[in-house]
Amino acid sequence: MSHSLSSSPGAPDRGVLWLFLLLALVVVLGLCSLNVGASRMNLLNVLTADPDDRISKILFVSRLPRTIALILAGAALAVAGAILQMMARNRLVDTSTTGPMAAAALGMLVLAIVLPQGLPLWGRFLVVSAFAAGGILLFLGVLQRMPLRSALIVPLVGLVMAGVVHAASGLIAHHFDLSQSLRAWNSGDFSAILRGRYELLWVAAGLTVAAMVLADRFTVIGMGRDFATNIGVNYGLLMAAGVALVAMIVGSVVVTAGVIPFIGLVAPNLVRLIAGDNLRRAVPLMALLGAALLLAADLLGRLLIHPYEVPSSNLLSIIGCVIFLAVLLQGRAKWS
Amino acid sequence: MIETRGVSKRYGDVLVVDDVSLSIPRGGFTSIIGPNGAGKSTLLSMISRLTPMSAGSVQVDGMDVTRTPGNVLARRLSILRQDNQTSLRLTVRDLVAFGRFPHSGGRLTAEDLRHVDEAMDYLRLGDYRDRPIDELSGGQRQRAYVAMVMCQDTEYVLLDEPLNNIDMRFAVDMMQLLRRAADEKGKTVVVVLHDINFASCYSDHIIAMRQGRPAYQGSPQEIIRDEVLRDLYEMDIQVHEVNGQRVCTYYR
Repeated sequence: MSHSLSSSPGAPDRGVLWLFLLLALVVVLGLCSLNVGASRMNLLNVLTADPDDRISKILFVSRLPRTIALILAGAALAVAGAILQMMARNRLVDTSTTGPMAAAALGMLVLAIVLPQGLPLWGRFLVVSAFAAGGILLFLGVLQRMPLRSALIVPLVGLVMAGVVHAASGLIAHHFDLSQSLRAWNSGDFSAILRGRYELLWVAAGLTVAAMVLADRFTVIGMGRDFATNIGVNYGLLMAAGVALVAMIVGSVVVTAGVIPFIGLVAPNLVRLIAGDNLRRAVPLMALLGAALLLAADLLGRLLIHPYEVPSSNLLSIIGCVIFLAVLLQGRAKWS
Repeated sequence: MIETRGVSKRYGDVLVVDDVSLSIPRGGFTSIIGPNGAGKSTLLSMISRLTPMSAGSVQVDGMDVTRTPGNVLARRLSILRQDNQTSLRLTVRDLVAFGRFPHSGGRLTAEDLRHVDEAMDYLRLGDYRDRPIDELSGGQRQRAYVAMVMCQDTEYVLLDEPLNNIDMRFAVDMMQLLRRAADEKGKTVVVVLHDINFASCYSDHIIAMRQGRPAYQGSPQEIIRDEVLRDLYEMDIQVHEVNGQRVCTYYR
């Protein structure tokens, strides 16, 4: 007989309910995402149409890849944020607010300068992921050397690190006349996603599943080195796995769509309010909420100035800030 | 048996633990006492591989703690340190269940669940099982952590200042529970204690440390004596025999 570590009376029922609610939300938003765009299309027409006609081409070449990309990237970014929060032992951090995303954008820039003829997709993915890993290690390394680690200092240190990397990229881009490209990478969106241009995100999907398998261990990491060591969890090895996981998720998203902010901050913090911090219970909810958030931001971006588009990253910055401030204010008693 | 050989810890120029070689026999209740800065906690955390040693080695039942795989050692020895601050929202039950991690790696069996429930009952946490640990009082949280360590069900149970933050009633409860774990379950309990009266009334064996070294070792009858304690703490301490318990007064 086997039970999940999280099975406690009362709690799972609510967790399962939320799981279905969020799943339904992702499905509804996904269907909307398939239906909305510059060309008119109705899903029902596709089913009856001949597979070679224009409408089903739009669906299978553009709309479906874009929708899948949004779901995979949103889910992965939420999970990456949750893991980073466990590693930093602070819930107010995300890959977009502590340096890893900025470092990944710097990686794109360096690639464009050093290898202007371009690299194959896998090469770009590995280089950009390595830069993201560098960003994570820089942040965690600075944290480790800090004598004072109050709950509010940690995210501030992250913002400083991200700012430094961002500014360095800006200088370099300016010097090589690549400011325009850098700006494009820094405001990620999914309007250019077509079949053949998003498949790297399946790597992120695989990493999301890996994070679910390791969820218990990442929760243990969040309890600190001594706690982990006492129950026989190899802290160093798991931290390394966490860095690799988060870096590759960031790498695949930035290579595919650019910098997508705030999802890794907002989704885990909202889920925490309903399901607590036991990642085994929370990670599936975080992944679904991340997917829903990114789908919603992208949809809104497509509808606001239809038939043109607002990059989803811009909208996420706004939505993310509002939700995050609300969460922060709601929990202010705890952080004071 | 826990054996340390020439164990030292140095932070910069400060020698916190100085060439300690001692053995703690299997079974029974051992207390480590001594003034602040004597190196008690550091020694305990080196024995339990949480702090690296500057020199020396530690063996637990013949296993070198720095070379034995972490999860093997985690089924033999558990350690609870003093500061257990966390901002994570975990329920008491989730926390206690992590004690089963070395045994089942997160997939709880019926046997694991029995241990979890038993540990929570043992520490009277039944009413709080689904409460997040960040909403508990200091004493309740301390009991939850001790329940987790009990749930780990190891031969050796090491605790650093387990009576911190808890009131007299729960302190007595906690000591009785640890005493029972030694008597009924045959556990080897090793506790760093500041309260020498608790050490006197519950221990089989006392290690008294001063300036990074064990200054005295022996039974409570041998250690809880005026001259020994005065020398150890450099203050006036009187030992009285009350109802068969050796009790120290030193309050004025």
